[in-house]
Formats: sequence, C-alpha cells, structure tokens
Amino acid sequence: MSSLNIVLIPLLPLAVFLLLGLFGRKYLSKFAGVIATFSVAVAAFLSLSTAYSYFFITGKTEGVYQKLEVMKFTWLQFAPNISIDMGMLIDPISVMMLVVVTFVSLMVHVFSLGYMKGEARYATYYAYLGLFTFSMLGLVLSTNIFQIYMFWELVGVSSFLLIGYYFEKPSAVAASKKAFIVTRFADLGFLIGILILGFNAETLDFGTLIQRLTDPTSTYLQGSVASSFLGISSLTWGLVMVFLGGAGKSAMFPFHIWLPDAMEGPTPVSALIHAATMVVAGVYLVARLFPVFSFDVAALDVVTYVGAFSAILAAVIACTQTDIKRVLAYSTMSQIGYMMFSLGVSRYGGEHGLGYMASMFHLFTHAFFKSLLFLGAGAVIHMVHSNEMSDMGGLRKSMPITHITFLIACLAIAGVPPFAGFFSKEEILLAAFHSNKLIYVLALFTSGLTAFYMFRLYFSIFWSKETQHTTDAHHDEHDHGEGTLSMKIPLIILGICAISSGFVPIASWITSDGLPLETHIDMAFSVAPVALGLGGILLALFLYKKANPRPDTIATSMGGFYRAAHRKFYMDELYLFITKKIIIKLVGRPAAWIDKNIVDGFMNFIAAVTALFSELIKGLQSGKLQQYAAYYFAGVLCFVLLFIYLWH
Amino acid sequence: MNEIGLTHILFVSTMLFFIGVYGFLTRKNMITMLMAVELILNSVNINFIAFNKYLYGDKLDGLFFTIFIITIAAAEAAVAIAIIINLYRNLKSIDVDDADIMKF
Repeated sequence: MSSLNIVLIPLLPLAVFLLLGLFGRKYLSKFAGVIATFSVAVAAFLSLSTAYSYFFITGKTEGVYQKLEVMKFTWLQFAPNISIDMGMLIDPISVMMLVVVTFVSLMVHVFSLGYMKGEARYATYYAYLGLFTFSMLGLVLSTNIFQIYMFWELVGVSSFLLIGYYFEKPSAVAASKKAFIVTRFADLGFLIGILILGFNAETLDFGTLIQRLTDPTSTYLQGSVASSFLGISSLTWGLVMVFLGGAGKSAMFPFHIWLPDAMEGPTPVSALIHAATMVVAGVYLVARLFPVFSFDVAALDVVTYVGAFSAILAAVIACTQTDIKRVLAYSTMSQIGYMMFSLGVSRYGGEHGLGYMASMFHLFTHAFFKSLLFLGAGAVIHMVHSNEMSDMGGLRKSMPITHITFLIACLAIAGVPPFAGFFSKEEILLAAFHSNKLIYVLALFTSGLTAFYMFRLYFSIFWSKETQHTTDAHHDEHDHGEGTLSMKIPLIILGICAISSGFVPIASWITSDGLPLETHIDMAFSVAPVALGLGGILLALFLYKKANPRPDTIATSMGGFYRAAHRKFYMDELYLFITKKIIIKLVGRPAAWIDKNIVDGFMNFIAAVTALFSELIKGLQSGKLQQYAAYYFAGVLCFVLLFIYLWH
Repeated sequence: MNEIGLTHILFVSTMLFFIGVYGFLTRKNMITMLMAVELILNSVNINFIAFNKYLYGDKLDGLFFTIFIITIAAAEAAVAIAIIINLYRNLKSIDVDDADIMKF
C-alpha cells in the first residue's frame, strides 16, 4: 500500500473537476464523460487495491486493525498545542468508504454517459460529479475533525450544485436552496460540537481526541464530564451537537425535510449523493467518533431514538407517496435511521460492538442496492418521462434488465435471504434485540413496512396496468428502448453486488475495536423479520399486482392518518409555520421595523435638518461678484474693528 | 508743516485704497473694476515705499517688493483681461451683473 496511491484517489476527481470546470464547456464537451469516467475508474481501482492491501497485508498489527496516517502536514497553527492538520487516515471504515464511494461513483459516471447524453451542460455535470467525489473522498479520509468539517461543507456545496442542476426549473432552485439551508443550519450544531470537543480535549486530531476522551484517568475526560450546562455534561453536549450536524446531512428527523425535495436533481446524482454516499456521512461521522460516543450513554440514546424514530416515520410516509424518487428518498432516510440506531444501541468492544459492525455492514450493502434502485428508477424515468407511479405500469416486458435488477434490489432491501440486505439487517436487529426491546420492535415493524412499500413500488412500475405502454401511439415517437448499453452495465454490476455483498466478511474487518467479530446467522431469530418481510411483499402483491380499487378503499378507511402521512405529517407546513408565522412575525418584523423607523429615521432626520438649513442660506450664493466682494470687505472690517477693540 | 511725513503718505495710500474699494464695489464695467483693483495694489505699493523710506532708510526690501507687485499686477491684468474678453464672447457684455450664472 503506497501512500502515493492513496493520495491519488481523491486528487484524480479533483483534477477532473478543474479540467472540466475550466475548459469543459468550450473544448471538451464531447469527451467530458469519458475523461471523468476513466479517472474515476482509476480511482476505484486504486481504492480496491488499497482495500486489499490494508485488509490482507499491512493493516493488522497483532491481529488488530490499526489506524494509519498515510500523510499529514500542519496547515494552520493557532497555538503551540492547537493546530489544524491536513492528512489522510486509513482505517477499516475509511477504507470501506473509499471503496463504496469510488465504486458507486464509477457506476453513476458510467450510467450518466447514457442518461445525461445530449444535455446542454454535459461537461459541467461531470465537473460537479468530480467535485463531489473529491470532497466525499476527502471527508472519508480526514484525520482531523476540522478537516472533516471543511470537506463536509464542500460536499454540501456540490450537493447544492447538483440538486440545482436544472436551474431553469423553479422547483429545482427551491429544492437546492432548501437542502443547503437545512443542512447548513444543522452544521451550525456540528461547528459548536467541534468547538466543545476541541476545547475539552485541546486537540482536533481524531486519534488524539479519541485517546484523550476515552481514558477514564485523563484530566481531559474528567474535566469534560465534570463541567455541565443545563444539567448535561459538556461531553454530552459536544457529542449531541456533532450528531446534530450528522443528522442534518443524513436527513434524520427533524432535518429530513430536504431529502425528498433533493430528488429534483438528475436521477444518477440522487443515486450517488442522496442514496449511497453523502447522506451516510452522518453515520460515518458518528462511527468515526464512536469510541467517544460509547463513553457517553446519554448521547448514544439520542442517536438511537432519533434514528429509530426517523426510520419508522420515513417508512410510514414512503407507503403513501406516489413519486417513485420520493418513495426511494424516504426509504433511504429509513435505512439511514437503521444505521443510526444500530450505532446507538452498540457499545465499545467485542460482542457489545455488534451494532457498530452491523451499522457499517448495512451502510456497505445499502450503498449498492439503493444506488441500484435509484439507477433503475432513472432508467424508468428516462423511458416514461415521468416520476409518477400512475404513469407507469407493465414495464417488465419492455425493460427486462431494469426489471430484473430492480427486483433484486427490492428483495435486498426487503431483507429476503440470501440477498445483501438480509445479512446486514439481521445483524442490526440482533444488536437491537440484545440491548433495547422497544427499538427492536420498532425496527421489526419498519422492516415489514420496508418490504411493503418497496414492492408497492415494484408492482406499480413493472406490473399493474398490463402492456399499456406498448400500445400507446405516442410512445413510439419517444421510444429509445431500455436505454443505452452504458445504462445497462451499471445496473447489472450493481445487481450482482446487491446479491453478493452480503457475503463480504465485514465482521472480521470492521469492528469497534479492530478485532474480528464472530457472527452467525441464527435461523430461529431470522424467522420473524423474514416472515414480516414476506408478509409485506404478499400484501403489496395483493394490493398492487393488478390495478384495482383496494388500495384506495384502504386509504379512505385510514382517513386522517393516511392524509397526514401523504402530506409527510405536515413537517414542511410546520417548518413554514415556524419560520413564517413565528420567526418572521415575532422577530423579523419588529427588527425590520426598528431598522426602518429608528435607525433609518435618525439618519433621515439628520439629512432633513441639513437640507432645511442649506435651503435657508443658499440665497447667499447669488453669483453676483460685487456682492461677494462686499461681504468680504465687511468681514475684513469686522476683524479690523475687533483687533482695534482688543488692542486697547 | 514744513516737511512731508509718513502720516501724509499713509493718508494718500489709504485714500487710494478706499477709492479702489469703492470703485470695485460700485462700478459695473469689468474694465473699470480692474482699474479699481490696480488702484488698491498701488496703494499697497505706496505703503511699501513709504515704510521703507521712513523706517528702514538703509535697506531696499520695500522697493524690491514694489517691483514684484508691479510685475505681478501686470500679469494679473493680462489674465483678467483675457477672462473679460472670454466673458464678452459668451455673454456679449462686460457688465459684471450679467456674469451671474455661477450660483446655486
């Protein structure tokens, strides 16, 4: 594992961004996709070789996976003992994320070759993708909590740019603004958390920080536990604030409102950013600081309950949505909720660290099947030119490859063995079962709901209305079949990953303490989730396989609850109410009144007095030369008289 | 009253000065006003000469100043006449009251 290889991984996408951003539109618009795809392919290859050499050759010292700092230099020195460093940290989770990010990014790059073909700003699109890939890799490799914050914001910017890619659409502009403002607001918490942790540990470096805040004898830990604010120790405050930033990026309740709207971006972007990589940054952040979190049960409880609540809330909303990308967005939120509470129920070391391993495992498998779902949805949208489920149906004959791969991904996310999601979800449920029964029950229920809404989506797209599309005359004009080869290949590769990634021995690589963890699938334990999953699938089959009035009757019988879920439990309205009615009315308006009337009023008063006075005396400037001379002589005379008077 | 003293000469120069001031303030013809200004300058010259002669009889400073002032006055008159000619071209008049466009 040479450090040059690792340095190259993030720098290649950055180089692509600079090249395409500066010269892409004018000179390289034909080759932009090929250049970007090639460089990401190299980065993906380097990541895989890094992962291989880390996990099999250099990573272990005496059976424990080490944290290796490949490169490090001091960037900003504030005080002798506080500095911001830039560097690259290699440990199990960052290596795993390297592989996930570069691999999914590569798939999305390839898919976009077909999907984005003929776009006016084709090169700009690839430049933004390069910027995103660079910042995400930088985030993953950060050695330092401040470095991660900087890349965190860069990721936010590239997400903003890509959501607003179709900037001629007002809804896309609004969505990109919303995503930026909501995550930025949460990042304020992150910054405060960084400052609190940095203040307590007197360092920003991850390694030193974790070491200082997890040693019970250290003065740093004792100091940060002893000092408290509102009855909560400053360590808990710091961790909860950091988690707040993570919750914003990972679309956890109550910051989830931006994610469904972010679907305004091009669909491959949703697959990359809003499904597989950026939105799991919050999970990654908590995992990165996990040793510290595991010392603070209160902060972990916050993570657990926020995660579990988000998981079930999103699953309920997902059952009622009709826009396929929004269903997938809520499903993403729900799955990230899984990862979060799995971290929350985990503790440090050995068997207690099962939740940590399960969370990382689910992050790994989820990246594949969720990006597959999004790319499949992208292929469907590409063909149907609509996001609404009602415009689809019966597509299984015209899009066989998309159909099969989508089915695989749905089975994976529903947790049907032997697909990837089954294994990781099993571990999560097992971890929840051992530590918190309430969370376990919620997770089990969510798992059933997940199977239901995913197959609702699947049946609505590929079954439901039979062959309606092939007889449609209007359809023939726009027929470009299932899409180009470059759109099919990523689907097939990701489909294979969605089947096989569950067999990757994550447990022996990624654990809370670096030691391999023995896992086994308990058949008796698996019965409940698998049965619930199959139940959800059968229910979806019964309701949605053929177009029928049953779903509508159920929806009407649910009455208010259905409407509330359909309107996303009025969260957007609540936010609007708080901002418009409370903040703007009670704070903004009075502040504006003071500014307009008191601050401006004072200035206007001074100006008015000056104007009035000058109006009075302006007649003196008459333009008559002799008048001026007379004033002058009169003035001199006055002085002369004054001097004569003073002389005596 | 057998000899002309400093006071007499100062009296003459003061007269000359105020005649100049009076002329400057009352005459409307700009050329005449220029002549009035020359009167004022000459009254100053007389003062210089008188003070030099009566107070510092062994020095020539006052005389030099007078020569300078005469030179400058000549230059100033040239400039002033140039301005007046230009005003005349624009306004077709050398009445000072007509040149009152520079006001609020």
